Amino acid sequence: MTDPATHAPDLAPPPTLEVRGGRKNFGAVHALRGVDLVARAGEVTALVGDNGAGKSTLIKCIAGIYPFDAGEVLFQGEPAHIADPAAASELGIEVVYQDLALCDNLDIVHNMFLGRELKKGVVLDEAAMETKAAEVLASLSVRTVRSIRQHVASLSGGQRQTVAIARAVLWNSKLVILDEPTAALGVAQTEQVLQLVRRLADAGLAVVLVSHNMNDVFEVADSISVLYLGQTAAQVRAADSSRAQVIELITSGSNAAGTPVGVTPAAAVPSDRQNGSTQA
Amino acid sequence: MTTPTLSPSAPTSPLVGNVEQPTFGEAVSNYVSRVRGGDMGSLPAILALVVLCAVFVALRPETFPSAGNFANLFQQGALIVTIAMGLVFVLLIGEIDLSAGVTSGVAGAVLAYTLTLHHWAWYLSTLAAVVSGVVVGLVLGWLVARIGIPSFIATLAAFLAFQGVVLLMLGEGGTVPVRAPAIVSIQNDNLPVVWGWILGVVAVLAYGAGSVNTWMTRRRKGLLAAPIGLVVVKVAAVTLVVLGAVAVLNQERSKSAAVSIKGVPIVVPIIVVLALGLGFLLTRTAFGRHIYAVGGNAEATRRAGIAVSRVRIVCFLICSTMAAVGGIFAASRATSVDPNAGGSNTLLYAVAAAVIGGTSLFGGKGRIVDALIGGAVIAVIDNGMGLLGYSASVKYIVTGAVLAGAAAVDALSRRRARATGRV
Repeated sequence: MTDPATHAPDLAPPPTLEVRGGRKNFGAVHALRGVDLVARAGEVTALVGDNGAGKSTLIKCIAGIYPFDAGEVLFQGEPAHIADPAAASELGIEVVYQDLALCDNLDIVHNMFLGRELKKGVVLDEAAMETKAAEVLASLSVRTVRSIRQHVASLSGGQRQTVAIARAVLWNSKLVILDEPTAALGVAQTEQVLQLVRRLADAGLAVVLVSHNMNDVFEVADSISVLYLGQTAAQVRAADSSRAQVIELITSGSNAAGTPVGVTPAAAVPSDRQNGSTQA
Repeated sequence: MTTPTLSPSAPTSPLVGNVEQPTFGEAVSNYVSRVRGGDMGSLPAILALVVLCAVFVALRPETFPSAGNFANLFQQGALIVTIAMGLVFVLLIGEIDLSAGVTSGVAGAVLAYTLTLHHWAWYLSTLAAVVSGVVVGLVLGWLVARIGIPSFIATLAAFLAFQGVVLLMLGEGGTVPVRAPAIVSIQNDNLPVVWGWILGVVAVLAYGAGSVNTWMTRRRKGLLAAPIGLVVVKVAAVTLVVLGAVAVLNQERSKSAAVSIKGVPIVVPIIVVLALGLGFLLTRTAFGRHIYAVGGNAEATRRAGIAVSRVRIVCFLICSTMAAVGGIFAASRATSVDPNAGGSNTLLYAVAAAVIGGTSLFGGKGRIVDALIGGAVIAVIDNGMGLLGYSASVKYIVTGAVLAGAAAVDALSRRRARATGRV
């Protein structure tokens, strides 16, 4: 197996996250059969692929929900072993899940600080948490929330998504992974969330955006990584590719023209893997 | 390596620093709309308590409102309230402990077995009884959280097994007496009148100072705070209830002139301390937050990096330990332990107390004070119906109806809460 990273230019800073040849099996099911992913600071990296391509599995592996069976993870150029969600948080990896992973019975502040509460001794420091939560929401230009002490259950889909994203950036995180953040949203709310995603990247974070929606992807993404049946088909620059090319990669796993347009060296996929088995 | 941070823009936010503080009227109307939205808390239980008391006072004006009967209520309710406080933890994570009643029986049996049959010192026996609760809780929590047995089944199995354990320990002889003065006095002796007043005043002052301090801190930091009028009303209400109860309990309630019975029953401050400790754990610590989080969305809690099964085990541990403490109270009150200790209606009364008080059977919602208020409702029903001369059969039927009513209120308010976006 060739090492795709050997061609990487030496001058650029190492990407915030790099996955090389990640594999994950669930019993007889090979969910991931060699995925590569590069996410750089200040960029939105879109992760696309059809249903069952392994997008969710990949981000759960990165988040430590279930670790990779094989493969290499480099975080800011250093090899990293992400055994559980706490390890991912420690590195500065935050995931905003499709099902949001918020507790309906807790208010916004408690959701944002869940698992990492600010304390004075053993006592929760409610005032400090409330102040910090409000500051983060303000820095994200969130103005639609009435009170940060309201229960999450009373929020709209877009507001919930905002809370989940605010929670992810509360911790000086370096990599934020968003799993289909706009899937359940209306037009206006989608636009708001996409703007928020762009702001995160502009603030210097590495953002991975999982999406089915090509409009969303081409609106905010700098780089697009395409998964096909548990393998990385290609990672391309958004500016150098067309919608048709990306859709073809998603549906067939290869580019019909045979010329991988704008493929970044770090994510070039050896041809023997492009034609890998398709029985998964 | 650069550490990316978000731009420190927008120093002013409508959420902090310059929030619009609500007026007294707004706070009250907010509360009304919350109740209408299905977030009723203990309101139904308090209303039920008022109605029940009014009915029993009207029907038994001589006996029900007497000082002696008022003290009785505390001593009768002690076991139920103590178990219910523990059950709140298990209910909060969306589980159930059907064995809490017989666990109190096991603790009572351990107490009697070591104290009377093996002549241990009372404090060692007490410790052994409490430790038996801890062990039971660890085993149940392990079965549920690690093995994955539904709590309904795991604790039903324990319910059966522990009845056997009690029989085994007490032997075929049946009832074993408990005569250590320290144990017996918990439920049968009272605080000196002066101490009742001192503790009552200290409690009220502490509550008042805490409330005002919280209010001032939040105001100073520009956070949303309840209007001061509401804080004053709450403190005044607590003062009235606490000092009023102390005043009634400090009255002479002996029927003969030869002996004097007055003062706050010793069990009352013990329960208050337990309630304050558990309430502190639940509302002021990160661990308490995690308990609510597990009840609200266990998967989200796991993804937040919290050890969910550890939280579950500790909740079962607290529940069984509180049941064991309740078992000691029961042994103290009866000055003996019989093979049926903690059986029959004990558990159902305790579950009813927690649910009537406003703790949800669906998890994620509940407070320690729910157990106290719900326990008061149960104690009043039990006591009042007894005074009216009804048999156990009628008491069971009424209590069952009240429990069904409380569970219905829980389910309906939950549906309403979902419809109006409050959980």
